[in-house]
Amino acid sequence: MFKGDFIQNLPKIYGTYTGGFIVFIILMALAEQAGVSAKNIGVMFVAFTVLIYALIGYLSRTIQVDAYYVAGRQVPTVFNGMATAADWMSGASFVALAGGVYFGGYTYMAFLVGWTGGYVLVATLMAPYLRKFGCYTVPDFIGTRYGGNAVRAASVFVLFIASFTYVTAQINATGTIASRALGIPFEAGVWVGLISILICSMLGGMRAVTWTQVAQYIVLIIAYLIPVFWISSNVGGGIFPHLMLGDEVARLGELEQQFGLVKNSAADMKAAGVPGGLKYISGTHSGVPEGGMAVWKYLSLAICMMVGTASLPHILMRYFTTPTVRAARKSVAWSLFFIFLLYSSAPMLATLSKLALMDPNLPTGIIGKSISEVQSIEWVQRWSEVKQVFIADFNGDGILQLNEWFMRGDVVVLATPEVAGLPFVISGLVFAGGMAAAMSTADGLVLAISNALSHDIYYKIINPKAETAKRLLVARTLLVIIGAAGAYIASFRLTSILGSVAWAFDFAMSGLFFPLVLGVWWKRATREGAIAGILSGIISGTLYLTWVFPKFSVPIWGGVNTPFLGIDHLRFGLIGAPICLVVMVVVSLMTKEPSPATQKLVDDTRIPTGKAILGKQH
Amino acid sequence: MSNKDAYWNKTKNHMIVTLVLWAFFSLVIFMFGSELNTMSFLGYPLAYYMTAQGSLLAFVIILFWTANKQEKIDEEHGFSEREDD
Repeated sequence: MFKGDFIQNLPKIYGTYTGGFIVFIILMALAEQAGVSAKNIGVMFVAFTVLIYALIGYLSRTIQVDAYYVAGRQVPTVFNGMATAADWMSGASFVALAGGVYFGGYTYMAFLVGWTGGYVLVATLMAPYLRKFGCYTVPDFIGTRYGGNAVRAASVFVLFIASFTYVTAQINATGTIASRALGIPFEAGVWVGLISILICSMLGGMRAVTWTQVAQYIVLIIAYLIPVFWISSNVGGGIFPHLMLGDEVARLGELEQQFGLVKNSAADMKAAGVPGGLKYISGTHSGVPEGGMAVWKYLSLAICMMVGTASLPHILMRYFTTPTVRAARKSVAWSLFFIFLLYSSAPMLATLSKLALMDPNLPTGIIGKSISEVQSIEWVQRWSEVKQVFIADFNGDGILQLNEWFMRGDVVVLATPEVAGLPFVISGLVFAGGMAAAMSTADGLVLAISNALSHDIYYKIINPKAETAKRLLVARTLLVIIGAAGAYIASFRLTSILGSVAWAFDFAMSGLFFPLVLGVWWKRATREGAIAGILSGIISGTLYLTWVFPKFSVPIWGGVNTPFLGIDHLRFGLIGAPICLVVMVVVSLMTKEPSPATQKLVDDTRIPTGKAILGKQH
Repeated sequence: MSNKDAYWNKTKNHMIVTLVLWAFFSLVIFMFGSELNTMSFLGYPLAYYMTAQGSLLAFVIILFWTANKQEKIDEEHGFSEREDD
């Protein structure tokens, strides 16, 4: 199946697959009509899709080094775009993004701009040149461009910190979804998730991950868009919500005025026993907060996410798999197009979900109704039992106020289909989509880490004479170890301590952005400059994080510190990256300029044609 | 100036133009969020629309445009790849 004409047959293969998946959804809908329980439908959705991914992973097994590391560099532009989109959109994007917009409104949407705008940097500054270089991993580029094991090891170190922060969150999400859909404990869900992830990536490396990610993208985008369009037409938002929700957004503004945006005191919330992680609406949906600090907060978050995007190794390495430099550029554009389909829908889902709950004229509205009435609604009962929603009657009037309704962000995606009266088959589909999103990102991350360790540390530094079979054995062993370590940490639910997904972006931007950019765009950048830049960036960024994040600053620095210029723990890359830049430039200018051979290497990197810098097999 | 240098100069200028467009849609317009929000587009307040959808769409368009333009620069200087490269 995967020989010769496989690449030409891709549209047919994935077309058939998409058709098959839609038939499966219809069969599940019929099963629901025939009385199969909601729980079993959820189980079948997750089990069926995971089995398909495992099958693709098995069929893509390989014993070739270049197939394992860069999918043989034959992934067509559009398919690489889909794979990148799946690689990019994590369980958090799928499940939590709409919830973030629901509670955070305009301010939160800096994430949307940040997580898409970064691709412009990827396309102009990085992707085509790294593709021309012909590297297997991101540290492979840095190690060859600057020369030497020290700089290679330093970049692997940054890659490890950034990607590992990210991967535990992904395995955690896989476990949460698997446990809810299959009805098993969270700890077991984590290991089920891990095994699914490993089956997809272990035998075929990048090649297997590529073809499963394309399959996962198809599932996740169907699972996200069908409910959005359906809910929209159910609650009167029109058939094409993206263009037609202007009135609804305005109506939300009116309702906010009518109900009032009240801030609860921490003491009140504690006294009422609001479970941790649940939020309430206290800010406007579409209003822009006033003042210079608010603007700076928005811009600084967007900058960190954009620059971080352009530095994350698991994304950059996707562009090593295209056949040409030109294809790498176009592929970035397609990636963002496929990401746009989901990201532009998240605010629409948030708007619809908010309106469904807030508008007293809609049958689904709950705000302003009597609390006893709301508590008797079926979905409220179900989600209350698992502590995902909560009601606290602060003023004791028996009426539900806007600030008395608490909900976890995930509920927006997971429960809105139910709230808007969609059949359960849609909820099952959403579970499958969430699982696909979390798995595809975890796959890419685990592979990025284990590839860097096996190629850059083991093969390039420890044992350059290793045979192909031995290299691949080491790569696969490391893959299992990294995955297991991530799952082990995730199973302790330490993620609240490990912090936010945003940290991965800040780590990557602190240590990798400028060494990568200057490696292509500034010939004068030297090895010493790069080593000093990478280390000073990642160390200063990390130190600042410990200083500004209360959970670390209390034990380490003996107290809570006020963020400098509003740069809090989500934005610490704004400390690390500039320090990295300054140190790198100063040290480079103080050291001897790179050799003519290195300068020629940079010249060749800048031109699309001609031989790659590194051989096909290296 | 050699062909390679001329190519790189054009590529550099093209990169700067692309990044100016990028900065406009990602940063500049959001410096004026409250002013923009008094205007409306498709019935949405403008700043809300841009952060929810408009800027995202602008990035997609910029990326396709910039890739096509760069391909033209490649061709002009004879650095176009053959399909079988």
